[in-house]
Amino acid sequence: MINQETMPARVTRILFLGVWLIITVFPLYWIIVTSFKTPGAIFSYPLTYWPEVFSIENYVGLFEKAQFGTYILNSLLISTVAAIFATLISMLSAYVLARFDFRTKGALLMAFLVTQMIPSFIALGPLYLMMVQLKLVDNKFGLILIYIAVCIPFSTVMLRGFFANVPDALEEAAMIDGCSRIGALFRVIVPVMKPGIVAAFIFNFVNCWNELFLSVTLMNRDSNKTIPTALNGFISSYNIDWGSMSAAAVLTIIPTMVLFAFASKYIVQGLTAGAVKG
Amino acid sequence: MTRSQTPPVERPSTTAGAPAGQDNGLRAGSRRTFTLRKGLSILAFLSPALIFVAIFIYYPMIQGSQMAFRNWNLNNLTDTAWVGFGNFEKIFADPVFYTVLGNTLVWVIGSIIPQFILGFAIALWLRRKFPFRGLYQALIFFPWAISGFLIGILFRWMFNSEFGVVNDLLAKVGLIDTPIPWLADPSTAMLAVTIANVWYGVTFFAIMILAALQSVPDELFEAAALDGAGKVRMLFQITIPYIRTTLALTVLLRVIWIFNFPDIIWAMTGGGPANQTHIVTTWMISTTQRGDYGVASALGLIIVAILMVFSAFYLVAIREKKDVLS
Repeated sequence: MINQETMPARVTRILFLGVWLIITVFPLYWIIVTSFKTPGAIFSYPLTYWPEVFSIENYVGLFEKAQFGTYILNSLLISTVAAIFATLISMLSAYVLARFDFRTKGALLMAFLVTQMIPSFIALGPLYLMMVQLKLVDNKFGLILIYIAVCIPFSTVMLRGFFANVPDALEEAAMIDGCSRIGALFRVIVPVMKPGIVAAFIFNFVNCWNELFLSVTLMNRDSNKTIPTALNGFISSYNIDWGSMSAAAVLTIIPTMVLFAFASKYIVQGLTAGAVKG
Repeated sequence: MTRSQTPPVERPSTTAGAPAGQDNGLRAGSRRTFTLRKGLSILAFLSPALIFVAIFIYYPMIQGSQMAFRNWNLNNLTDTAWVGFGNFEKIFADPVFYTVLGNTLVWVIGSIIPQFILGFAIALWLRRKFPFRGLYQALIFFPWAISGFLIGILFRWMFNSEFGVVNDLLAKVGLIDTPIPWLADPSTAMLAVTIANVWYGVTFFAIMILAALQSVPDELFEAAALDGAGKVRMLFQITIPYIRTTLALTVLLRVIWIFNFPDIIWAMTGGGPANQTHIVTTWMISTTQRGDYGVASALGLIIVAILMVFSAFYLVAIREKKDVLS
């Protein structure tokens, strides 16, 4: 039967999966180890694979020398607000796209999907000029507006899949009991598909948290920079300070990893829902 | 009222039995008639999304497309004349463009093939249950949570010629005597950025293929096993044909995505040394940063054109194959 596995096959499988695990985890391990080494230890031979002295000097330096605290707060503020609004707006559009049939529906879905295919960089220049005219360059509110727009297409498609799994008898019952449609949506449907909504929110949050090219183009002042923009500044200087760089990378990666760990199951569902039908 | 007897498929008739005065036109697919109220509520629900996407994505994108035919340079805004295909001619006359095209080809093919093979292998091996499989999946899926830009930073540090761990490990194993300046040497830089991209992208393939594999009914394998088919035959004659549409579409999406993915290269080399790791999108971004929006937009249109032609050929090719199979 299919569940039998020969000994060599078993050994190959375990070996392969084991090696792949090491390859996957190693870069993360390495950046964490680097971030806890003293600056002297980072640039000395032979390389050590475990810090001889655990030092938080690199982390302290980030907050003392660079305004890393400001960058973290900016990233937190911008990503949270953008992700909340993007998720709310996408919920409305996804709901309609999952529940109603109308003539322009196919075209609309296509319009959302196309935004995922075309290089968004073609919009970078014009977007900058538009934001100049709106006086929203170097402005957190401006970046939030753009991030909301960028998040909407994918989270709409993702949430639509989750809505499709909720039987519409639920809101019909609520509406017969006198709920308005929007009331039914928020009081009946939303509680049922909470995991999907949380996943969409996290997905949006992480995307905004990680976004680089838009924020580099639009944010100039130090007090407005997000973490990726600041890191981009670090790497374009001639001598990269790898100590603070790795500490900054760790601080950036950890929150997103924790969030993804919570939501990965649902994000995977949302991603694969559309693809696995044929 | 006989509501309880109505099976779900016949929901339209259930709603027809609802009390008069109830606006049934709102119900999903229950009516052919398009009531004004239904239209308005659809519009109300959709409009926030539409407004945002139209203003911040479509408008600049369309603006960008027309800039491609103008002389549009941030450093000289007095002359934004219509230049027809002037920007395109400029690009085609630039020898760097052909280097960049070649690099893009190497980048896409060199990334997609190893990603696909490794992702497929992982997915196949993850199908079988084993202790801590959930934990294992969570661990190998983690690159996902990290942005391409940060991956680039991680690998830039590991490929550092003096204090990079890659050289150190290779020297320990005895494969090299002198450190390789991975990112500074034009002949190895592309290899290094591609390795980083392969590492990053395998997860995506593993997820998509694993999901597809789980859609293959077990009965198929059982029947084949009864007929005495071996593992390899099952893979090629059942598994792959069953999920080939998903595989083909995943590859297509991924090619488009990798083509448009400048982040890793941007962080690792910025396109250098000597343009050897510039792909079309990184080149486009550095053109944008120089302020030459006209040429950058023209490059964007060239990318769209290349991807459209590629997708069209690809889709035709997989359709023909399907006919042969069925």
